[in-house]
Amino acid sequence: MIDHQENRLSIWFFIGAMVLVYGLLISGAGVYGWMNPPAPEVRVQLWPLHADVWWGMVLLVIGLFYTLKFWPKS
Amino acid sequence: MAFLTLLAASAGASMLRLSPIDLLIIAIYFVVVLAIGFYLKKFAATGEDFFLAGRKMTAWIAGLSFISANLSSLETMGWSAMAYQYGMLGAHAYLIGAIPAILFLAIVMMPFYYISKTHSVPGYLQLRYGEGARSIAGISFSVMTIAVSGASMFAMAKILNLLLGWDMNISIWVASLTVAIYVTLGGLLSAIFNEVLQFFLIWLGSLLIPILGIIHAGGWHKMLAAIQKNVAVIHPGVQNADFTTLWRNLGSFDTNPMGIDWFGMVFGLGVAVSFGYWCTDFLQVQRVIVAKDLRSAQNGTLIGAMLKMLVPLIVTIPGLLGLAVLMNGDGSLMVLVAESDPRAGITHHTFNDVLPLLMSQYLGPGLLGLGVTAMIAGFMSGMAGNVSAFATVWTFDVYKPLIRKHASDRHYLQMGRWSSVVGILVSIATAYSLFFFSNILEYLQVLVFFFIVPLFGTVILGMLWKRATPAGGFWGFLIAIIFSISMWAFVHTFPDGYRPQPKAIISQGAVVHLEKGQEGDSEQITQISVESGSVDMVNVTIPGRQQDGAFIVTDASLDLAGADVTGQMHVLAPKVVLGNTQEAHKFGLEGVPLKLQPGVRVHSSTISKRFAPAAFNPDHAKIIARSEKAKPMAVNMYSAWWSLVVCLLVTVVVSLFTKRKPDEALKNLVMGLTPRPPETACPWYEKPLLWASVILVVLVAINILFW
Repeated sequence: MIDHQENRLSIWFFIGAMVLVYGLLISGAGVYGWMNPPAPEVRVQLWPLHADVWWGMVLLVIGLFYTLKFWPKS
Repeated sequence: MAFLTLLAASAGASMLRLSPIDLLIIAIYFVVVLAIGFYLKKFAATGEDFFLAGRKMTAWIAGLSFISANLSSLETMGWSAMAYQYGMLGAHAYLIGAIPAILFLAIVMMPFYYISKTHSVPGYLQLRYGEGARSIAGISFSVMTIAVSGASMFAMAKILNLLLGWDMNISIWVASLTVAIYVTLGGLLSAIFNEVLQFFLIWLGSLLIPILGIIHAGGWHKMLAAIQKNVAVIHPGVQNADFTTLWRNLGSFDTNPMGIDWFGMVFGLGVAVSFGYWCTDFLQVQRVIVAKDLRSAQNGTLIGAMLKMLVPLIVTIPGLLGLAVLMNGDGSLMVLVAESDPRAGITHHTFNDVLPLLMSQYLGPGLLGLGVTAMIAGFMSGMAGNVSAFATVWTFDVYKPLIRKHASDRHYLQMGRWSSVVGILVSIATAYSLFFFSNILEYLQVLVFFFIVPLFGTVILGMLWKRATPAGGFWGFLIAIIFSISMWAFVHTFPDGYRPQPKAIISQGAVVHLEKGQEGDSEQITQISVESGSVDMVNVTIPGRQQDGAFIVTDASLDLAGADVTGQMHVLAPKVVLGNTQEAHKFGLEGVPLKLQPGVRVHSSTISKRFAPAAFNPDHAKIIARSEKAKPMAVNMYSAWWSLVVCLLVTVVVSLFTKRKPDEALKNLVMGLTPRPPETACPWYEKPLLWASVILVVLVAINILFW
């Protein structure tokens, strides 16, 4: 989708793509940490909540929405 | 990836430890912002494109950029620190200290800015008052933006060094070159794109902290209860104060931690500071006057107001959480201190560390990278915002009227690009000068107060009162700036000399013995005995000795006890050895007796200053802020109020005795002489007045809820 100027990619597309990649990386790191738990003394507070997994998923959904909605069309 | 290797190599002992995935997330951010800069170059072909982003922004982009330009990392870290220091009063900066002013900008002032088609706020002053007022505004704004940009760069490098152990030179150059590339290529459009991107990063990187923090505290009410219990230990100087309310504690000066009353909060923050900052700081206004039409400019500003009310979630709540959940490794309550406290950085973290400490507490690999990226993005977009505003004001309000009046659009476009590069270079020079004169930061932080509040007084009278004359505008503006600077100098002046708090610093490697006793539930140090090594003393009264000089304790031990000596003395030991266990130890204590054993070397000195920018003279502060209990923030708010009053008074008085401009020359510049463009049809949900009313109702509701 174009912005106001013809042929210009939308800022929302850039944001969507970046947040999508971040969502993948963060939820991936979270799942890896869940499968391979770090030693208790280096865990962050509230580690059992696995915030990185579900927050990464939130990023993934937001990123996917913006990327698809504002995907550049020829 | 080269810089990643450098950054990783320079990382030493630090507050936050990044994993490879965190570094990858940071690297992706740099790649994306540079890609945006290169991509947007072809869309910045004319002066209008470069300086005003083609005046084609939608309401949402203008609104997000408007609020992002204000949401820098200095802002988020600084206001979290304020919430830790002043409690919920810190949230006023996002409520009465912002929203009424933003609504006023949207509904009342925007039509003038937009219809006059000015490039900048100083540009409006030229149209309204003439070259005199514009020159003061243009030159002082140019200096201010570059100084603030340099200070922001220095602060970023210092914070990244403290948090991550990154080399300060690398931080400054990598961030500056990145900003230089994307602003020089894409101009304001590039700055705006990156601000919108930064908005998402800041929210996605920060929102998890209050969510997890409140879960950790056991819910909102348990957090508030913990705060009221803990502040007796954390802020013993303001034990009467209520840290958890917005207005209930503003009835008198000593029932709140800021030492302010409701009048100072409403008129100082809510009127002078807030209207000055939001309505006339060009960095902010530039973001919305570039919208594609007046309604988008107004709605963009209103979107900014709605988002502004949400910012306390990621700024004030973390500051409050710092009072409730931050604990030391041994389970005791963590106490953060002011930057000016001698214990800062040695044995105690500072107020400014509250957000990074919470990040290290809750954010694991990946999330920490996102949080740090948000912080870097905040700093860089702050720099970019200042540089793009500088390029515009320099080119149109200094270079064009004073140096080269008639040149082609292409020439001014080139000047804008080059002035962006020069702006960055001067910012870097400013940042490096702060390495050697770090107390300049004290001056820079109040620079905005000196200039912005008088500017608002001048602009608003110009817009609303057609009788205001060019001479009135010029003298009102100039005298208010001088008055503002004089007030600042006055509160930092000490006719009888300022003596910093007494302190004793025990040298590295000294051997000490700590005597402990039980007080209540906890074990406390009751005496410090230095067995060997040396001690530096500043402003400590040593019985039977001259105040300045060096000596070695001989024969009997030297006791520094008694309330007159130790009552306020800080004893700092950054790296000592405990005599009984030979273990390395560090501590910072106040009011504990100090005993020096024979053989200990002592260097004693006295410091007394007549002017101390880091300290407030309470006798002078009382004259300005109506109470000797006023804290720095309270003094700043009252100072802003008085400088606005002076600006308005001088402008009115001078205007009444000088020649006004004819009505024809004021068309499209003053209320009553500016026909509003005919309303085009739009759906009800796009009407600015409707949304302004909704926001006002929400503002009132929030204030009642947290009264």
